[in-house]
Amino acid sequence: MAQKLGSQTYLLDQQVYVLAGAAIVGKKEGDGPLARYFDDIIDDEYAGEKTFEAAESRILRDTYFKVLEKSGKAATDINFVLSGDLLNQCTAASYAFRDADVPYFGLFGACSTMSEALILGSLLIDSGAADNVVCAASSHFCSAERQFRFPLEYGSQRTPTSQWTVTGAGTVILGTEGQGPRITCVTPGKILDEGIKDANNMGAAMAPAAADTILAHLKDTGRSCDDYDLILTGDLGSFGSTMLRELLKRNNIDLKDKHNDCGTMIFDLEKQDVVCGGSGCGCSASVFSTYILDQFSQGLLKRILFVATGALLSPTRTQQGESIPGIAHAVCVEA
Amino acid sequence: MKKTLSKHEYQKLVDKKAPGSKIVRNIFAAFLTGGIICSIGQVVMMTVENLGADKETQAAVTSVVMIFLGAFLTGINLYDNISKFGGAGALVPITGFSNSIVSPAMEYKKEGYIMGVGAKMFLIAGPVLVYGIFASVIAGIVYFIWKQVI
Repeated sequence: MAQKLGSQTYLLDQQVYVLAGAAIVGKKEGDGPLARYFDDIIDDEYAGEKTFEAAESRILRDTYFKVLEKSGKAATDINFVLSGDLLNQCTAASYAFRDADVPYFGLFGACSTMSEALILGSLLIDSGAADNVVCAASSHFCSAERQFRFPLEYGSQRTPTSQWTVTGAGTVILGTEGQGPRITCVTPGKILDEGIKDANNMGAAMAPAAADTILAHLKDTGRSCDDYDLILTGDLGSFGSTMLRELLKRNNIDLKDKHNDCGTMIFDLEKQDVVCGGSGCGCSASVFSTYILDQFSQGLLKRILFVATGALLSPTRTQQGESIPGIAHAVCVEA
Repeated sequence: MKKTLSKHEYQKLVDKKAPGSKIVRNIFAAFLTGGIICSIGQVVMMTVENLGADKETQAAVTSVVMIFLGAFLTGINLYDNISKFGGAGALVPITGFSNSIVSPAMEYKKEGYIMGVGAKMFLIAGPVLVYGIFASVIAGIVYFIWKQVI
């Protein structure tokens, strides 16, 4: 059984390995700096389907089969799939696993979905209820735009704090036996809302939650930033990262060169016209399940804190004048 | 989190740290884009005038041509790029209005012609139409009363 540390961190008792990871992304992500790490790059934004929602499900389903293939597991070895996306009713995930014939839980944590899935998956394994769990998350630029913003062909300018939703899906398999980095402890995050109302400034909406979870994790474990090779946030983007540093500095934590953000890693911010960087569940999911696992297998990383961040934005509530709640979940991964 | 900032202070900090819009560049781009669109409109109008049409026909034909151009450029996936460059310069002319109706019509075709195209076509232009028509009714009433008084 996992042992509780401090206020909200759980130290796992069992060995929970990240056995394999896979990611499939869209063309723009495939033009970015991490292109060579992805398993496949889809040039067609419809991925051969008729709608963007179907395309997102397709990409997610394909990464699931890809990760099964890479880990050498059969679908029957999988106890649970934990998956989510940005769309209403977790549409992409439910339709992706419709025919997968596997026990499934749909998660919504906005862009924090990947670390939410990793926490729940590792706790399920630690409890003895499961041997192998698949954690997956996806987003699609076009399906997100039509749900949260404007039609694609509508002419509008992006504000200087906006971000670009990643088209892509990332999937990992957690298991009790095998090789790979291990998840050793997890810190589920609390919802924090510091009153940001601008749906085009999600970095600022999520930064307080990220700071809160990182502070809680460090306090609960008695560690400092120096104990980590990397503190990897999900999709704060360049501006959200600035705010995170600022908030941590006010709590006497200096991230120094330990911090990076999946949103700023997946795109070239100078050249790719994404303003503050990538966002979406698929952003942190695809970076974690490929590039980060690759760095572990090369021995370049020994211990990281993966903190996927989510803006729990509801277009309805923001139109009603409400602010945007943020959340961040932290997962400690060690070689 | 150890509270070091109130919501208000955080908002102020965000406002202070947030990168600003490139106002000079945006104004210039809007002026250029809007100017080009209006010049095209002027050319259309003068052409129609040379063909011998009266003032009312000139205005009607120009609007129709500009709406068509806006719709056409939206249809070939160009208008959003023009707007991205030109901002309000592409939004304010009638071509932008055309774009705001054609783009949802294209987008929501997949949900069918009734609940998709039909229901969502005026998603963006709807408020403009509602308040535009409302304002014209008010103006009409004021004008009517004014005429009675004079």
